[in-house]
Amino acid sequence: MSFLKVNHLEKHFGPTRVLEDINFELEKGQVLVIIGSSGSGKTTLLRCLNFLETANQGSFSVGDEILFDAEQTYTDKQIREKRLKFGLVFQSFNLFPQYTVRQNITLAPKLMLKEKQLTAEQRKESLAQIEQKADELLESVGLKDRQDFYPCQLSGGQQQRVAIARALAMSPEILCFDEPTSALDPELTGEVLRVIQSLKGGDRTMIVVTHEMGFARDVADRVIFMADGVIEEEGTPDEVFGNPKSEKTRAFLAGVH
Amino acid sequence: MDIVKMWQVFWEKFSNPDTLKIVFGTGLINTLLIAVLGLLIGIVIGTLIATVKVMPKYKLLPRVLDKICSVYVGFFRGTPIVVQLLLTYYVLLPLCGVSFGSLNTAILVFGLNSGAYVSEIMRGGILSVDSGQMEAGRAVGLSYSTTMMKIVVPQAVKNILPTLGNELIALVKDTSVVSFIAVVDLYKTFQEIGNRTYEYLMPYLFMALIYIVLVALISLGIKWMERSLRKSDRRN
Repeated sequence: MSFLKVNHLEKHFGPTRVLEDINFELEKGQVLVIIGSSGSGKTTLLRCLNFLETANQGSFSVGDEILFDAEQTYTDKQIREKRLKFGLVFQSFNLFPQYTVRQNITLAPKLMLKEKQLTAEQRKESLAQIEQKADELLESVGLKDRQDFYPCQLSGGQQQRVAIARALAMSPEILCFDEPTSALDPELTGEVLRVIQSLKGGDRTMIVVTHEMGFARDVADRVIFMADGVIEEEGTPDEVFGNPKSEKTRAFLAGVH
Repeated sequence: MDIVKMWQVFWEKFSNPDTLKIVFGTGLINTLLIAVLGLLIGIVIGTLIATVKVMPKYKLLPRVLDKICSVYVGFFRGTPIVVQLLLTYYVLLPLCGVSFGSLNTAILVFGLNSGAYVSEIMRGGILSVDSGQMEAGRAVGLSYSTTMMKIVVPQAVKNILPTLGNELIALVKDTSVVSFIAVVDLYKTFQEIGNRTYEYLMPYLFMALIYIVLVALISLGIKWMERSLRKSDRRN
């Protein structure tokens, strides 16, 4: 059974249709790469999954829980809970500039802890867990020695690695990347892509929107090519990159190589 | 009277321990109390109004709150502070049957007044923070209000600090109208010296000097605060 299921998702801004009848499924632990030209709806799709936009039609579910159904209205509290299933890494990092690297990672878990009713003992234990998790995450993105720096003191690649750690700190079921290397110098993209690659494996499910075709082919289990708000082609990397069926896919791939 | 004589007359009165006590112990303290507490109340009110103003307006409640805030800001920016002082002290509070002293009334009115101005300053500050900050806060699961207070507003405050300093300076000088409701402020104490000696030039010049020194000290304080807040900034 599929882990993530997206059914008939549609989104329009006024009369502009951005997403039309989006359907796809993803297994747990798989990496889905979404490619397509600018304005094809890739980012909007990710934003709908992360509840930063509300889709006008359709639904999606994670596991056996229906997270979103356009027929229903959700309270802010419900949306906050559902949103935690997804983590999002932004194109422009969006780190919090007034907090250090470590604080960027621990801020949200600590603030969430405050909202919970816990005994002093439990609170202390949870705090220790948060700090320990931050240590592990900093280690895994290779920035332990930079933990007390402010974001502006880091390179773009380092900032994006912090952003990845920050998203992982909330233990999302599905981690989404919205063009994680598009704002980076070419020489810095490598370090970020390597971190994403290293996250693959085990139960970690990921959706990556990217223009890095070589990376897409390497890391993907499934590839979706989007054009004009619809899924034009879907398949394994070998199918989409090696033997594209759609004329639009072929034209796009010929253009970017 | 020649200048030297004027100065002697003024100084004799001014250097009297009783006068000094009133000028600095009462007048100066009241002026600072009204300006500083007024600004603090103003920052609280202004932040609340600004938050309402930038809230998404899909639901009814934010829209109603928005209208209320507009009326509030419209009134306090649309009438002179003297009018607000007189209305509150001589009409509104007696009508409600409450009285908590002229100094407290002055602090309250200055706070309400400054809230209207600070709300616009703060709104500009919040809008100057990249919208990605709000999205990043929401994406890691924080609520709208927590993201606002922990992530967006601190950045906004840093951006508007020079303008807030301006507001404090304006407030310090505006306090000179509180004698309308019988509060003894810096201006009132020097006017009193003039009344006693029938000589106004020196008292008023000296008063101007004290205001200038006050404003200079505030500017220094703001600069220092700005520097310490710019720790996380490239532009330090």
